[in-house]
Amino acid sequence: MAVVNYDSELRRAGAHATHGWRRLGFLAQRYVLGTFGLIIMVLFVWTALSADLISRYDPLTVDSAHRLAPPSWAHWLGTDSFGRDVWARIIHGARISLAVGIGSTTLGATLGVIVGLASGYLSGWVDLVFQRITDILQSLPLLVLALVMTAALGPSLPNVIIAIAIPLIPTVSRVIRANTLALREQPFVEAAKSIGMSETRIAVRHVLPNTLAPLIVLATAQLGSTILTEASLSFLGLGIPEPYPSWGRMLSESAAEYVRTAPWLVIFPGVAISLAVFGSNLFGDALRDILDPRQRG
Amino acid sequence: MFVTLFGISVIIFVLLRVVPGNIVDILFDAAGFVDPADKANLEKELGLSQPIIVQYFNWISGLLRGDLGYSYVSEKPALQEILPRIPITAKLAGLALLFSTSIGIPLGIISAVHQGTRLDYTLRVVSLSGLSLPSFWLGLLILMASVSMFGTMPIFNPNPKTWTEAFAIYAVPALAVGFRFAALTMRITRSSMLEILRQDYIRTARAKGASETSVNYHHALKNAMLPVITVIGIEAAFLIGGLIVTETVFNIPGIARFLVEALRWRDYPIVQNLVMFIAVVVVFTNFVVDLLYAAIDPRIRFGD
Repeated sequence: MAVVNYDSELRRAGAHATHGWRRLGFLAQRYVLGTFGLIIMVLFVWTALSADLISRYDPLTVDSAHRLAPPSWAHWLGTDSFGRDVWARIIHGARISLAVGIGSTTLGATLGVIVGLASGYLSGWVDLVFQRITDILQSLPLLVLALVMTAALGPSLPNVIIAIAIPLIPTVSRVIRANTLALREQPFVEAAKSIGMSETRIAVRHVLPNTLAPLIVLATAQLGSTILTEASLSFLGLGIPEPYPSWGRMLSESAAEYVRTAPWLVIFPGVAISLAVFGSNLFGDALRDILDPRQRG
Repeated sequence: MFVTLFGISVIIFVLLRVVPGNIVDILFDAAGFVDPADKANLEKELGLSQPIIVQYFNWISGLLRGDLGYSYVSEKPALQEILPRIPITAKLAGLALLFSTSIGIPLGIISAVHQGTRLDYTLRVVSLSGLSLPSFWLGLLILMASVSMFGTMPIFNPNPKTWTEAFAIYAVPALAVGFRFAALTMRITRSSMLEILRQDYIRTARAKGASETSVNYHHALKNAMLPVITVIGIEAAFLIGGLIVTETVFNIPGIARFLVEALRWRDYPIVQNLVMFIAVVVVFTNFVVDLLYAAIDPRIRFGD
C-alpha cells in the first residue's frame, strides 16, 4: 500500500499559498521558465523606459572618425557604418520594439474584442458580415498583409503599429466570439436578462469579464509575434524609417555586406530581437498554463 | 471560397490606390522638375487616370482571361515576370516543409512521451527559441558561418549543374525558414499527443497489457496526427511570410522577394497579382486540408 503524506502533497499543490506574495512565490517556483521570461520582459521594459540613462552615447549622433569600430571599452558593442554606437542604438531600439509590441497588441486586441463580442452576442447579419471579413483577413499571411499596409500607409511608427494590429483582429475576434457564444447560454446571463438588464450592459458587464483570461493569454502570445513582424518589416525597409534605431532596420543596413567585415553589426541586434521575443514567449506560455489550464500542453 | 478571394481582391486594390504617390510620382521625383503634361501623359498611358472602379474591373476581367497586365517597371507582361519565379519559391517551401515535418513531428512525439523529464524540458526550450529567432537573422548567421568556414557564401544559381549544387542552393535557405516551422510543428505534435495520451481508450490499452511502444506509437499516434496535419496544412500556406525575408537575405529571385521589390516600386500590377496568387494558394490549401481531414478521419463526413 502506498502511503500518502497529505501535508507534503498539499504543499506541492500550493495549498498553503493561496494569495499575495506567497502565491507569487509558489508560482515562480513552479513555473521557472515563465519567471525567467518575466524577468527578461521586465528588463526589456526597464531598458526601454530608461534608455537615456543607460547609454552614454546618443543613438543618432554620427561620428565619422569611428566608423565600423569593433567592440571596445569606448563602444561596448562597436559602431555602425555611420560611427553610431551600437549599444546605444540597441537600447533605444527597445523603445520602438516595445511601442510596436504593446501598441499593436492593444489596438488589435481592443478591436478584436469589439468585433468578437458584437459578432457572438448580436449574431444574425452582424455576425455574418464580421465572419466574412475575418475569413478574408485570415487568408493572407500576417507579414504579407502588414507589408502591403505599411506600403500603403507609408513608413512611420503609428502606421507600423496599425499595419501590424489589423491582421491580429481576426485571431482575437475568433476566440472572443467562440467564448461569447458559449457564455450567452449560461444561467447567469439568463438571470441578468430576467431582471431586465439591457443587452449592451450584459455584454459589457457580464460576458466581457468572463472572456478576459483567454484574451490575456492570447495577447501575451501575440506580443512576441508583433515584435518579430516589426523587425521583419523594418528589415525589409518598409517599417520604421531611418534614422530611428529599430532592431530590424539595424540588421538590414548591415545585412550581407557586413557579414564578412563587421559581424558585431549582425549579431547584437539579432540577439536583442530574439531575447525580447523569447522572453515574451516564455512568459506567455506560463501565463497560459496558469490562466487557462485546459490548454495546458 | 470565392467570396473570400473577391474580398481580398477589393481590399488589396483599394489599399494600393489610397497610397499617396504612384509610380509616376516616384519616377518623376527622381528626375527633378518635369513638365506636368508629360506626367499626365504617362499616367494616362498606364491607365492611372481612369476612375478606380474602371481600373478594378479592367484588372479583374483581365485576370479571368489570364491577362495580368504589364509591370510598370520592366514593361514586360506581369505573367512573364511572375511565372518563372513560382517554381523557385515552391521548391524552397517544399523543402522547408519537408525539413520541418521530419524534424518537428518526431521531436514532438518524443517530448510528449517523456513529458516532465529533462529531455522534454530541453526540447521545449529549444522549440520556443526556434519560435523566437527571426528567420532573417538565422539566415544571416548561416551566411556568417559559411563565410568563416568556407570563406564564401552560397550564391543563387538559376541553373545548378549538379544535384548536389541544387540541393545546397535550396537546402540552406530552406533550413533557415524550416527551423521556425519545425518548432511550431513540434509544439503542436506534443500538445496533441499529450491530449490523446490522457484519454480513456489509452488507459484501456494499457490495462489490457499492451506494451508502452504499442500504446504510444500504435494507439495514440494515429489519432494525435489529425490536428497536426490540419495545422501543418494551414501553416504551410503561411510559410510565405518566412520566405519573404529569407529570399531577401539569400538573394533568391523567388516570388516572395519579388513582392517586396514590387511594393517598393509601387508596381501595382505585380503587387496585386502576387497578393492574389498568395491568397489563392492559401484558400486552396485550406480547402485541400479540409478534404484530406475528412478522408483520414472516418468520424468526419461532409454533408451529414
